[in-house]
Amino acid sequence: MKITSPHSILEEVRQFIDEEIRPYAADFEKQQALPRELIKKMGNKRYLAASFSEQYGGLQLHPLEYGSMVEEIGKGALSAAMLLTVTTGLVGETLIRWGTEYQKEQYVLPIARGEKIGAFALTEPGVGSGAKDVQTSYEKVGDKYRITGRKKWISFGEIADFFIVIASDSSGNGISAFIVDCEQEGVRVQKIQGLLSCAASQLADIELTNVEVGSERLIGKERMGFTGVANFALDQGRFNVAWMGVGLAQEALEVMVTYARKRTQSGEKIFNFQLIKGIIGDATTNVHAARSLCKEAARMRADNHPDAIVQTTMAKYFSSVVANKVASDAVQVLGANGCCNLYPVERLFREAKVLEIIEGSSQIQQQIIAMHAANRHYQPKRVTGL
Amino acid sequence: MQLHEQIREFILANLVVFDDDVDFTNDDNIFELGFVNSLFAMKLVTFIESEFRLTIESDEMEISNFNTINNIVNFIQSKSVYK
Repeated sequence: MKITSPHSILEEVRQFIDEEIRPYAADFEKQQALPRELIKKMGNKRYLAASFSEQYGGLQLHPLEYGSMVEEIGKGALSAAMLLTVTTGLVGETLIRWGTEYQKEQYVLPIARGEKIGAFALTEPGVGSGAKDVQTSYEKVGDKYRITGRKKWISFGEIADFFIVIASDSSGNGISAFIVDCEQEGVRVQKIQGLLSCAASQLADIELTNVEVGSERLIGKERMGFTGVANFALDQGRFNVAWMGVGLAQEALEVMVTYARKRTQSGEKIFNFQLIKGIIGDATTNVHAARSLCKEAARMRADNHPDAIVQTTMAKYFSSVVANKVASDAVQVLGANGCCNLYPVERLFREAKVLEIIEGSSQIQQQIIAMHAANRHYQPKRVTGL
Repeated sequence: MQLHEQIREFILANLVVFDDDVDFTNDDNIFELGFVNSLFAMKLVTFIESEFRLTIESDEMEISNFNTINNIVNFIQSKSVYK
């Protein structure tokens, strides 16, 4: 895969964001929804299929270019980037990798055209990081599968046309993944209220009561739902979230720098105070470091490197931590103005926290990275006598 | 490097048990022994696809293709370019 037009798509995306997304980011959150018209426009421009190959209606962007696009959209409005994370990454890429031709035709192509939105239903009221313990179960009845259970915190669950549902075999022999349409009998969707931030990501609680699906809706082989489908999807999600973190941090940095150069205190622009320069110096370095980790992950993904999974995990972990630090520092530099929704950093501060929780908490990422380190950095001959 | 050794080396580089004396035969089930985890399965798929220039299809994602060194080698050899 080669980058053929490194700037053209990003220039177009930036213009689209400046016109259609950034000016309305706070409104999206107030309305607790992305306008359907915006989603349609993103579909028409094939942004929702930006990483897909042309065969599936996509723009076939190199992971570096796709990541930069997610960064740009994340800068404009985190919930808009979240839509790509969910419907493009978690759902679309997973169906392209493991789905049948029927599933690609029925679900991937409509995503690419902006006609359908897919959501990824893994998390449950009592099951977050321990995804292997999902309580939603299925049983085979004749030639169909019958699914019962409850999913929670499902981003874009409120407006999704279909879900990838991860469920456990009722006899406990393994986990499988199914496609469930939102309008099927036994599916009940309820919007989740009272969120800290990202209300425009339209999170929902999904209740499944004896929902029947045929074998044509089973993704991959039975019992490869966790090892194959869920792990693959989460890896896609983490790559997206990593770039979203860079976007949010970059936005906070730009507001912080601009404010510091304009704001006068005691007859001096606050940028000239050494302690403010210290904050901005650290923030700039951290944003650059986070983006570098993301770029390395993108290159390794393009090369299909086995360690791309861990590199993506490191990028997601670091960039979401940096997003929190930079957004918090931006509030600090803006002082009382930073605590008010007249300035965007108040929203960025609240949104950043979400990045450390979704697609695996920071603590789960640390665990994966540490296990990797235990193999890669073990030098038994250098430490002896124990 | 022999195929069996190449696969063994990859498994050893991705263990989730940290015993210096860990040992297993080419027929031992590395998942049942707890030597590797589900993330390893994904890494293994990527490793096989990139190292041997294969595409693993959805219907080939059977644990029995990947749970022992011999099964992994047999699977790779069963793909057309290695026949």
